[in-house]
Amino acid sequence: MAQMDRKTYWREVRKRTAWLLVIWFIVGYVLSIFLVEPLNTLKIAGVPMGFWMAQQGSIMIFILLILAYAIMMGKLDRAAGVEEDAGTTAPPSQAH
Amino acid sequence: MSIIGWTFFWVAITFSVYIGIAIWSRVKDTAGFYVAGQGIPSVANGAAVAADWMSAASFISMAGLISFMGYDGAVYLMGWTGGYVLLAVLLAPFLRKFGKFTVPDFVGERYYSNTARVVAAIAALFVSFTYVAGQMRGVGVVFSRFLQVDIVWGVIIGMAIVSLYAVLGGMKGITWTQVAQYTVLIIAYLIPAFAIAYTLTGIPLPQLALGKVLPRLDQLQYELLGNFYSQPFKGSWDMLNVFCVTFALMAGTAGLPHVIVRFYTVRRVVDARWSAFWALFFIGLLYLTAPAVAMFARYYILNAFNELGPTGMLDLSWVQNWAQTGLIRTGEWSEGMTAATLLSTIDRDIIVLATPEIANLSAWVVGLVAAGGLAAALSTASGLLLVIGSAMAHDIYGQIINPSAPDHVKLTVARVMIFIGVIIAGLLGIFPPGFVAEVVAFAFGLACSSFFPIIVLGVFWKRCTKEGAIAGMLTGLLFTFTLIVLMRADRVLGLEEPILSSFLGINAQGVGTIGMILNFIVTILVSLRTPPPPKEVQTLVEQIRYPRVLRAEELESA
Repeated sequence: MAQMDRKTYWREVRKRTAWLLVIWFIVGYVLSIFLVEPLNTLKIAGVPMGFWMAQQGSIMIFILLILAYAIMMGKLDRAAGVEEDAGTTAPPSQAH
Repeated sequence: MSIIGWTFFWVAITFSVYIGIAIWSRVKDTAGFYVAGQGIPSVANGAAVAADWMSAASFISMAGLISFMGYDGAVYLMGWTGGYVLLAVLLAPFLRKFGKFTVPDFVGERYYSNTARVVAAIAALFVSFTYVAGQMRGVGVVFSRFLQVDIVWGVIIGMAIVSLYAVLGGMKGITWTQVAQYTVLIIAYLIPAFAIAYTLTGIPLPQLALGKVLPRLDQLQYELLGNFYSQPFKGSWDMLNVFCVTFALMAGTAGLPHVIVRFYTVRRVVDARWSAFWALFFIGLLYLTAPAVAMFARYYILNAFNELGPTGMLDLSWVQNWAQTGLIRTGEWSEGMTAATLLSTIDRDIIVLATPEIANLSAWVVGLVAAGGLAAALSTASGLLLVIGSAMAHDIYGQIINPSAPDHVKLTVARVMIFIGVIIAGLLGIFPPGFVAEVVAFAFGLACSSFFPIIVLGVFWKRCTKEGAIAGMLTGLLFTFTLIVLMRADRVLGLEEPILSSFLGINAQGVGTIGMILNFIVTILVSLRTPPPPKEVQTLVEQIRYPRVLRAEELESA
């Protein structure tokens, strides 16, 4: 299987990062702050949905976003051959 | 056994564990001292980050704050968690690849300038010292409330413990004690939450129990206070401020030196990403429970008022105990007083500490909560002290004043500097400046308006130059600092009233968001007008974007 080249890798990293940040913004700000009052007309688990999103749902989704990031980046690393093993990490106090 | 007895018991056990770890983890070189030899596994590192992050404020004060703010408390819930997403995707893996020891290290190398390094070191010192004053104070307060020890002795005992594991083990000692401290604090926080959830609703899981409590609470609050607990944008917390404060806290999180440096300690870049996940997971266990604790406490208090009235409440033992400490000002109570007056006489900080008592939990639980509060304060203090020690010993002495000193000399300097930092922090804890609470606004505002933009641009934009970064850092710093002082002139300068009440409607906690935007704009504009960074720096930026070291021939072809 052809290995991804570095330029593509970096472009893919940035694309996925951007998407994760879009979700982060929607969950943390659009749903939890800008649209909280309209959302409050709905309920989830007995609680107004906007309120629930702001105080519970957003935190849960933030955790899932980082999980998704770690998994996706690991896959990209392997596709581009840039993952490290013990011999290719710089030891501390050595800038490259 | 009484509450005091149980508190002594738990504190003795947990402190013995910390001392044991201190001795086990002593280090022999600067790599061990500053970055724990980069040998910390991701899950453990995540737990250490969580303990480092959750200070006395998170543990003791946050549920109380939310309890009084209702929906608007989301600024702290989201503000102090959402920043980890920013850290994970914009900073941590790249700084880990960069490798060195501190945040000023990165700033100095990336922006090829000792001036930038020193500016960053001074900013890091300021942010960390102000933050740590509050922690040592918190240690003293818990000792005095629960162990009847004088605040001064409480601070001194705290200083002694921290010195032991920080001086002997540096980052390694600090990290492993933080893992132990996380375990203590999360157990201490969750047990009361589960017990009270079960008592109130028959459902042990607080996150599900709150669904039953909130409707009752909303109803009660409406009857007694005329608004709903779940109603957004109450009082001065309008949508603009909720947005700006949440954003400033999130970006500030990702710019705090003592948080960033925690990702230098793992083995590989991929571990930095996973460590960020574990960190937010462990932090989330507490933060997802805090809203429930806040609601339970609020419900108990309003319900007691509704059913018993002020005279009836004076008979409750928890009211009497806390009235004795002066944190419920029962002297201001009167027969016909309103619920609003009742709430104004209760210090918000007592909510987490008092709720187990209010709910009639056993004394051993209450004692454990005290040990948890100490764990939270000490773990954060030690992380901050490492930044302080390293700023003086590594960024200034080791890199600028005497770079050719042998490693064991640098190690000794590091140990001495951390010890001096502990002494100063202790003094600040014993004689706190009047504006300790304002300090949190300062720390986050400065971190988000000075560090966050230039580190992110440093990784993602090769064209970002030294002049741009220095101009951006100073712009963000000066703007935010000045506005916070103007808006808090009454606490900080001792004036009668603040000089400015808000900036375009934004309060002191949120103005860092504007400072951050200004930093981005200035950095970008100035960078475009100044010569691009030298080739070695552009190569450095290329290297840090990939987990493994790129070989010379790979870099040629770029």
